[in-house]
Amino acid sequence: MKHLLSTENLGAADAIRILDTAEEMAAVGDREVKKLPALRGRTVVNLFFEDSTRTRISFEAAAKRLSADVINFAAKGSSVSKGESLKDTAQTLSAMGADAVVIRHWASGAPHRLAATDWIDAAVINAGDGTHEHPTQALLDAFTMRRHWTKLHGSESIGADLSGMRVAIAGDVLHSRVARSNVWLLRTLGADVTLVAPPTLLPIGVEQWPCKVSYNLDETLEAGVDAMMMLRVQGERMNASFFPSTREYSRRWGFDDTRLRALDELGLKDTIIMHPGPMNRGLEISSAAADSPRSTVLAQVRNGVSVRMAALYLLLSGDTREAATTSGAAGTDAARSEKENN
Amino acid sequence: MTETASGASTGTFLIRGAAILGGGAEDLLIRDGVIAERGTGLSAEGATVIEAAGLVALPGMVDIHTHLREPGREDAETVETGTRAAALGGYTAVHAMANSNPVADTAGVVEQVHSLGRASGWVDVRPVGAVTIGLAGEQLAELGAMADSRAQVRVFSDDGICVHDPVLMRRALEYVKAFDGVVAQHAQEPRLTAGAQMNEGAVSAVLGLAGWPAVAEESIIARDVLLAQHVGSRLHICHVSTAGSVEIVRWAKSRGINVTAEVTPHHLLLTDELVRSYDPVYKVNPPLRTASDVQALRAGLADGTIDVIGTDHAPHPSEHKECEWAQAAMGMTGLETALSVVQETMIETGLMTWADFARVTSTVPAAIGRVADQGRPLEAGEPANVILVDPAARWTVDPNKMATMGRNSPFAGKELPGAVVATFFKGHPTVLDGKLNTPYRHAADAAGAGSRN
Amino acid sequence: MTDVTAPVPSRVVLNHADIDRALTRIAHEILEANKGSQDLVLLGIPRRGYPLAVRLAGKIAAADPSVDASAIVGQLDVTMFRDDLSHQPARPPYPTKLPLSGIDNKVVVLIDDVLYSGRTIRAALDAIVDLGRPRSVRLAVLVDRGHRELPIRADHVGKNLPTSSSEKVRVRVEEFDSVNGQPINEVVIEAGA
Repeated sequence: MKHLLSTENLGAADAIRILDTAEEMAAVGDREVKKLPALRGRTVVNLFFEDSTRTRISFEAAAKRLSADVINFAAKGSSVSKGESLKDTAQTLSAMGADAVVIRHWASGAPHRLAATDWIDAAVINAGDGTHEHPTQALLDAFTMRRHWTKLHGSESIGADLSGMRVAIAGDVLHSRVARSNVWLLRTLGADVTLVAPPTLLPIGVEQWPCKVSYNLDETLEAGVDAMMMLRVQGERMNASFFPSTREYSRRWGFDDTRLRALDELGLKDTIIMHPGPMNRGLEISSAAADSPRSTVLAQVRNGVSVRMAALYLLLSGDTREAATTSGAAGTDAARSEKENN
Repeated sequence: MTETASGASTGTFLIRGAAILGGGAEDLLIRDGVIAERGTGLSAEGATVIEAAGLVALPGMVDIHTHLREPGREDAETVETGTRAAALGGYTAVHAMANSNPVADTAGVVEQVHSLGRASGWVDVRPVGAVTIGLAGEQLAELGAMADSRAQVRVFSDDGICVHDPVLMRRALEYVKAFDGVVAQHAQEPRLTAGAQMNEGAVSAVLGLAGWPAVAEESIIARDVLLAQHVGSRLHICHVSTAGSVEIVRWAKSRGINVTAEVTPHHLLLTDELVRSYDPVYKVNPPLRTASDVQALRAGLADGTIDVIGTDHAPHPSEHKECEWAQAAMGMTGLETALSVVQETMIETGLMTWADFARVTSTVPAAIGRVADQGRPLEAGEPANVILVDPAARWTVDPNKMATMGRNSPFAGKELPGAVVATFFKGHPTVLDGKLNTPYRHAADAAGAGSRN
Repeated sequence: MTDVTAPVPSRVVLNHADIDRALTRIAHEILEANKGSQDLVLLGIPRRGYPLAVRLAGKIAAADPSVDASAIVGQLDVTMFRDDLSHQPARPPYPTKLPLSGIDNKVVVLIDDVLYSGRTIRAALDAIVDLGRPRSVRLAVLVDRGHRELPIRADHVGKNLPTSSSEKVRVRVEEFDSVNGQPINEVVIEAGA
């Protein structure tokens, strides 16, 4: 694992390794000294071609807790005013000695371009590309779900997957990188995923995805859900005939107070409500739902730092390919190399 | 367009033992710009002999769809570099698309391109005229003036942009009847493809790239064949890319509608799976489609539903491809790989013979473009536009070694069959031993150029 | 459980009984140096230092019945503090688990299986600083094989093993290792490649 570009090609062993490492990183947050020296002397560049203060500060906090130097590069450009090309920017960062580039870009596939070309040699972390993927968001969602799921079953979270967990994701799947990353990762971790959306906001070809698809949120809830994830509705969709009005959207596909009560009536007392933020309160999620004890919105934010620490640590400390297997033999090798440097 | 070639300027060549259209081995004697004799055991006296055992002799290829970029984007390609690439690829004529800058929408611009082509002397350059002024889709360009110009334009196209206004399309189809012209439609419904990046389907769903639905192409083709039927005009469909488009064209032909269709080599071989790399070398308009579309296109070409191969050769400077997918320009080079890709996809698969190849790459495209002295049979007395192909050759595509200025070949690194060994343009060898030789000098232009080798 | 099938010539230098005797001796040395069990905390360094720490705690509890073995033992992961992170294959850190009493003003005894270059212990000292302020830190190891690269020495040593740096010292503990399916405790020296 030299780069973290997508969850589509992230194997179960690697995914669980990131989540397990994130658990150890989370423990650091509870200490008096909330800092580890692991990435001292390494440089992490936050390269943002699109505004996202939340994601940027989360990565910044993660890198700083690992003692990395952080450079924030807001290369905000639109397709209209192009400015400097991605290639020139990448070569500039390479010349500045970046060890990792955390890239947010409005164009799908831009992180893949950085990783595939010889423009820069650094590790590339996709912090959200167009309508493609947002792998660290999916990892922090999975981390949040795993903690909930294992606590519910009184089992150990380290090493666990999400087998048997029923997850529903509702909203603008067509334009959502969060939905895509979650579908692939949750499949890999063994969860049972249902996408709920108006047909206009589902991509052609969604029937080939490893999940169920529903147009009816109430029926999905009635069938039983352990985690209900609401996606943000982007403002620009509202005037492009994807749905008739925000009122109709909210009534059919929003998580409103009626549906919050329905969870109790359906006996789904342990169902959590998730949202990647920022929320449109009153549109895709009601305030009562967002603020209910079921809501994991703030836990997701907190877990984001731990998951991003884990990703940065695993990508930047040496060659991880050798340690990617989880067999007993690999355990011996790891112990051996540890002792040889004792 | 027949040139009166001066025999002294082109020399005499005996092609010995070539498989004519892939058939039996015969000799071809080329003299004074024409095929003087065809037969076995022809005399080599006074002729340069080319041993052609194992080679296939074909009529020079005619590209119905080429972007030469000049005037305006000489950083991408010029008439000189583009026609060198064409000669090396086995072409003796190309149709230069109208989306230059300025747009080829006046007699002046088409005559300029025509003159540049004559001066270069590697192939016939047949300018395509724009259907609408500035390709803006609002007002007809002076189609008649372009037809009457020295360039004698017969093919009109807004290629790159669809003539989507049905009234304008109807008028264009009707109007070009006055001078036996044809409208070549770039079938792409603009509203259905706003912001589109790749074929809409399973792959676009995963990649999060805005989808380009097949229906955006098919709905325009369906409309236009009905329009062509209604007004009794000739219609050509550029770069058909979907199975549905093949079906519609097949239906139209069964109804007797005067429609011809073209397919590009890349749509016969490549699929949208390649987009998973996000490498913009695979970004093209129309987009790469699915494997079942590829199969339908091959079948359509084999059964005659699709009439011709058009390269849609579209060179771009590297900075237009070394960027994010969404930022990248659409298009691929194709002149120097077309023969090999068609051999790989149509001949080595048993779908077509070399005689069929001659039909779809030479005879029919020349007929669509009304190019009188191209796409002719390899018989005595015919113009000597002839190529020799080594079908047993295999080569690995290296864009850096190509004559085109464009480095955007989607076949880079791929091993392909078939190589052009020689190209005779008006009896003059523009390519010998697989390498560029010298350009043909038109009689009127040669006077000042002095004697030739 | 890692099943060991020796691929290279090796010889056993400590068997099960030798290890047990060495740990018993170290336990008594720790009690003696500390003048009792007061404020003792044993922190094992993963992986194999931790089971040794658990065994030592058991022996201390056996010697002093007032001690609750599980209350004085913990695990200290040093992965994130190593100075060779960029050269080694990354692995997920092991959990750090401290006794409920914490380590402030305690006598922390670091436990590891093999003392070699001293770099692991250097990392452990850094890790401790971020967790609290012990009154003192001591070091106990099962094997000291020499070749120190830092000014670090052990307070308690099970066995001093002169080795060449081409040789490898393997400590096998029944918690993780087995031979032919049988859990095993032993220390072996393998010839260098």
